[in-house]
Amino acid sequence: MDTPVIELSGVKKSFGPVEVLKGIDFKAYAGRVTALVGDNGAGKSTLIKGLSGVQPYDEGTVRFNGEEVHLHSARQSSAMGIEVVYQDLALCENLDIVQNMFLGREEISQGTLNEADMELQATKALQSLSVRTVKSVRQKVSSLSGGQRQTVAIARTVLREAKMVILDEPTAALGVAQTEQVLNLVRRLADSGLAVVIISHNLSDVFKVCDDIAVLYLGRMVATLKTSETNHSDVVAYITGTKTQDGTK
Amino acid sequence: MSLPVTPIASGHEGNLKDQFNAYILRLKSGEMGSLPAIGATLVLTAIFASLSPFFLSKLNFANMFVQAAELTMLSAALVFVLLLGEIDLAAGVTAGVAMAAFIVLVKAGVPWVLALLVGFAVGLLIGWVIGFFVAKIGVPSFVVTLAFFLGFQGMQLVLLGEGGVYRVEIPEVIAIMNNNLPTWAGYLMIAITAAVSLGIALWDRARRAGSGLVNRPISITWIKISAIAVLGGLAIYVLNLNRSQGPVPIEGVPIVVPITIAILFIGTFVLDRTRFGRHLYAVGGNPEASRRAGIKVAKIRTLAFVICAFLAVISGVFHSSRIGSVDGSAGHTIVLSGVAAAVVGGVSLFGGRGRLAHAAIGAVVITMIDNGLGLLGLSAGINFLVEGGVLLLAATIDALARKRSGGSLTRA
Repeated sequence: MDTPVIELSGVKKSFGPVEVLKGIDFKAYAGRVTALVGDNGAGKSTLIKGLSGVQPYDEGTVRFNGEEVHLHSARQSSAMGIEVVYQDLALCENLDIVQNMFLGREEISQGTLNEADMELQATKALQSLSVRTVKSVRQKVSSLSGGQRQTVAIARTVLREAKMVILDEPTAALGVAQTEQVLNLVRRLADSGLAVVIISHNLSDVFKVCDDIAVLYLGRMVATLKTSETNHSDVVAYITGTKTQDGTK
Repeated sequence: MSLPVTPIASGHEGNLKDQFNAYILRLKSGEMGSLPAIGATLVLTAIFASLSPFFLSKLNFANMFVQAAELTMLSAALVFVLLLGEIDLAAGVTAGVAMAAFIVLVKAGVPWVLALLVGFAVGLLIGWVIGFFVAKIGVPSFVVTLAFFLGFQGMQLVLLGEGGVYRVEIPEVIAIMNNNLPTWAGYLMIAITAAVSLGIALWDRARRAGSGLVNRPISITWIKISAIAVLGGLAIYVLNLNRSQGPVPIEGVPIVVPITIAILFIGTFVLDRTRFGRHLYAVGGNPEASRRAGIKVAKIRTLAFVICAFLAVISGVFHSSRIGSVDGSAGHTIVLSGVAAAVVGGVSLFGGRGRLAHAAIGAVVITMIDNGLGLLGLSAGINFLVEGGVLLLAATIDALARKRSGGSLTRA
């Protein structure tokens, strides 16, 4: 297989005496959706915060497209092309879709905001993901459903020319139909050549959309599986710690 | 990409009827803007005109412009902090202290222009200090500005002396509220207003067309510009009639009107078309999302308080010009009317929603109540009661509108 977009090896992170990540190896490839699963407290959030630059790792190496990098700020990660879509979405309800998609990186021409160009680009980004659920790009976010908001948050990463998108529980608060829409969107995001990582507790979602599954258990990566070569109950066993990949239990 | 392209609308599509229907839909979803306030002006006009023959007289019409200008400016100042979901209770006393510094320097022989600049500098400094406490230290703005509200009442007394009242004897300052434009200049003013509005609208359309985007029917632009020209023209016509009750004619648009319109235009331009304006709305809507998007939240907050203080000082200049003096009690009660005007006009107390035009319309409502009740010879007590009731009503409408548009009532 080609070079992973992101490759972590031996990553460690402690908070005081508590060692949360105990030497993690993790890879995510372009065009593939990788699930990051594990029970509460397994270290998923800490792993993600390191990648987003919010909480740098203590030890270990991070390779981005094969080159070793040191992630120490959110701005830097974002500039490299790593975008995180958080569970609580981080959208401004009082602004419309275009304004949200360009938040913090508004385009200026003739000394003022270039609304026309931003609207055009936002529309194109949504179209490139075949988004059909949004009526108007000038709708206020407050008028959107949970699934539509998730769509906007994901489409924003396309606009930012992300190489890798991390989605934190993208379907947690959604109904059946909306979950379906968001999962389709995730698939298209990967098909357009991005590396996608999904944190999820919902294994049926994971099996529906992910190519690879990485299982964390108490700060260790206990299994790295291809979705096609495993099944539901095995993954549950890894998550709960009743099974390990080298078969020691 | 080979994916099928699905058209996504932008709200600019359709003919005049579609646009009108879309507007009605927005109203129903709780985005009423200043419509309730505009309704209120009509109702109030009807009520007061039927109760007092003087209410619709030429002289009172001009009076209301002058009174409303002062409140409009203070209310516009507050919009900048209200948009953040913050409040500045000290806006009035900030103006009071700035004007006290100004007049003390003038009396000490400093040229008035220089003294006025110092006054503005004092205002800006106060705004920055308030912003520092709110944005950097994290003290709730209600508490910070309450502290300044109390403290600066003392500062006014210290600067002016107990019971000190200084007359403003500068013709240029007095002229703002008491002199009028030549009659032709009034029409020129409305022509410029219409032309600038038209120019901006056409500029927007050209940019959209340049990007290959749909524009709204151009008839909407013409309707808006015609409304400005006709309603503005009518107001100018009335203001240009001789409203004097003595032998010396008084006619023309009060000088304060074009100043106020210009400031509202500039402020609206900043809010709608600059990065700062966009970020101000964003921080008001969701500070955490703004921070994650790379917006310097503390800087935006501080700047909002600085701008608020600056515009408040302008309102202080208007006030001194109108009453012709500076005293130690200026700006104590007007700040609540300023907040009331903004909220009545449709600015949300929860942040993120509101425009300067809303503040202006709200200021007209509050001014009408003030003015009308005064004409009826009712006591000041009734006046306060009515104003309080209107504020409560407006805040209730704000909260309900927010509920309906899907937002949570609690602030993030």
